[in-house]
Amino acid sequence: MSAQLDEKLMIPGQREQAANNKPAFAEESILNLDQVNIYYSGKAAIKEVSFPIAKQKITSLIGPSGCGKSTLLRSLNRMNDFIPEVTMDGLFTYNGQNLNAPSVDPVEVRRHIGMVFQKPNPFPKTIYKNIAWGPNINGYQKSLDELVEHSLKQAALWDEVKDRLHESALSLSGGQQQRLCIARALAMEPDILLMDEPCSALDPISTAHIEDLLFELKTRYTIVIVTHNMQQAARISDYTAFLESGELIEFGVTEQLFTMPQKQRTEEYVTGRFG
Amino acid sequence: MNQSSDNALNTSDRHLQRRHRKASLFSSFCALITFMGVALLALLLYQVCVDGIKWLDIQFLTSFPSRFPARAGILSALVGTLWLISLIALIAIPIGVATALYLEEFSKKNRLNRLIELNISNLAGVPSIVYGIIGLALFVRGLNLERSLISGALTMSLLILPVIIIASREAIKTVPMSIRHAAFALGATRWQTAWAHVLPASFPGILTGVILALSRAIGETAPLIMIGGLTYVAFLPDGPMDSFTAMPIQIYNWVARPQHEFHQLAASAIIVLLAVLLIMNAAAIVIRHKTER
Ligand SMILES: Nc1ncnc2c1ncn2[C@@H]1O[C@H](COP(=O)(O)OP(=O)(O)OP(=O)(O)O)[C@@H](O)[C@H]1O
Ligand SMILES: [Mg+2]
Repeated sequence: MSAQLDEKLMIPGQREQAANNKPAFAEESILNLDQVNIYYSGKAAIKEVSFPIAKQKITSLIGPSGCGKSTLLRSLNRMNDFIPEVTMDGLFTYNGQNLNAPSVDPVEVRRHIGMVFQKPNPFPKTIYKNIAWGPNINGYQKSLDELVEHSLKQAALWDEVKDRLHESALSLSGGQQQRLCIARALAMEPDILLMDEPCSALDPISTAHIEDLLFELKTRYTIVIVTHNMQQAARISDYTAFLESGELIEFGVTEQLFTMPQKQRTEEYVTGRFG
Repeated sequence: MNQSSDNALNTSDRHLQRRHRKASLFSSFCALITFMGVALLALLLYQVCVDGIKWLDIQFLTSFPSRFPARAGILSALVGTLWLISLIALIAIPIGVATALYLEEFSKKNRLNRLIELNISNLAGVPSIVYGIIGLALFVRGLNLERSLISGALTMSLLILPVIIIASREAIKTVPMSIRHAAFALGATRWQTAWAHVLPASFPGILTGVILALSRAIGETAPLIMIGGLTYVAFLPDGPMDSFTAMPIQIYNWVARPQHEFHQLAASAIIVLLAVLLIMNAAAIVIRHKTER
């Protein structure tokens, strides 16, 4: 597997080419992390991490299990507020605004920055209500029926559930539940969509659907995705951040990070020669 | 090859056989204990039925108490109990569930709240007569509510509030954190999350706790006697400010009399009380079934 990746990504000559026109980060960033530290009960899980998140691009977070990917992702929409042990410092700037400023309402933040969790967590309600509830409480004015259909189609789930919209979401398979959670997040039409290993419970076909979906969404949304799948990160993302034990080892354009990483550790990790 | 793999799945393993024997011994033991409990209850019920069946008829249900056993009935006590239970439910359920919700979903885990939690657990263990004394001082005298239904209902509500709060909190705790997080990630406030997801998901558990608490209230005598539920009432209450009697008081009163007929009347009243309890439980089961679907 990793050998394949090697061959595919390290075409001779490409290294030099990439090194010559080394692109700086030239995008408009929607979210910016500056010297971010995140602690659990005083113990640092994220250390001095700084990188930008480009608008309407896909940024992937990769790194070994326990390196702090989920922790970092949760800090981007104030979901860490619900873990009492967590403290943070550093600056998160969202559209020029300090995300953690006292004047910022975390509820408002989450309306704009949606999230799909590592484990599927549908509400124990009908499929329809799972999707309609979020827009409903946030004062959605147009037809909920259409929104539900549109969101389910986007998440490649519509055909499987269109005849059972009013059955319990818990009757769906794990992979279907995860796609429902994606549809639920999309129904809110967030600016940024945070996804924590959204495909870890999916079969290759659904995964391909989701990846297609991400490509399509990128024209309107900014996506930050955590993944353990190197091929996936290489395929879909524009930028990649590689974390290890809470530190940002390397951040850059995905192609460059995979083909000619600056750091030894990154190379070892992305090629599978790890540890 | 084939034979050896056959052998591996046989139950000839002596160690395994011993474990199976142990398991069946233990489950027989548990069944025996369960049977003993149920048998004791059945015996009690049988005794009550034998004593009480004689006077149990429509006339018994529709008459006021009387000096003559043949004319005595349970009407005022039955209506009093139904009044009490309705008032208690109206007072104790909203306050109890709201308190549980506050403690689980909204309160910060600070010193003050831990103290409150500890106190609620302690209150559940306070003898009911003490609540009677509080009710007498606070509602009957302090608030000048007299010896009325509302005084009784308020006192009983105090008595069962800890039970409702503790049961509701346990039910709320069983709702997975991931559901709350899903709601928060959609830009829901704590209140929206609690109302739309936590409360419905914990509803069956809360209902069980509420029914248990109300069942306790229905059978309590001491606090009602303390705050002065009457023992002889030949009228029906018109509203919460009227004086009243209740079934446990009537039963207590009949049992205390020397004549055997009144003891039988008490048994009849116990049957009616049990019937009311059963109906309440059945209603709860029906409601739970309806809402789970
Ligand atoms: N609630 C918590 N309390 C204390 N420590 C925690 C908590 N959650 C996570 N951690 C620690 O923080 C570190 C980062 O955890 P995190 O869940 O962010 O890792 P991850 O990169 O998402 O891993 P995985 O790929 O396995 O999901 C780990 O060492 C973990 O033990
Ligand atoms: Mg994780």
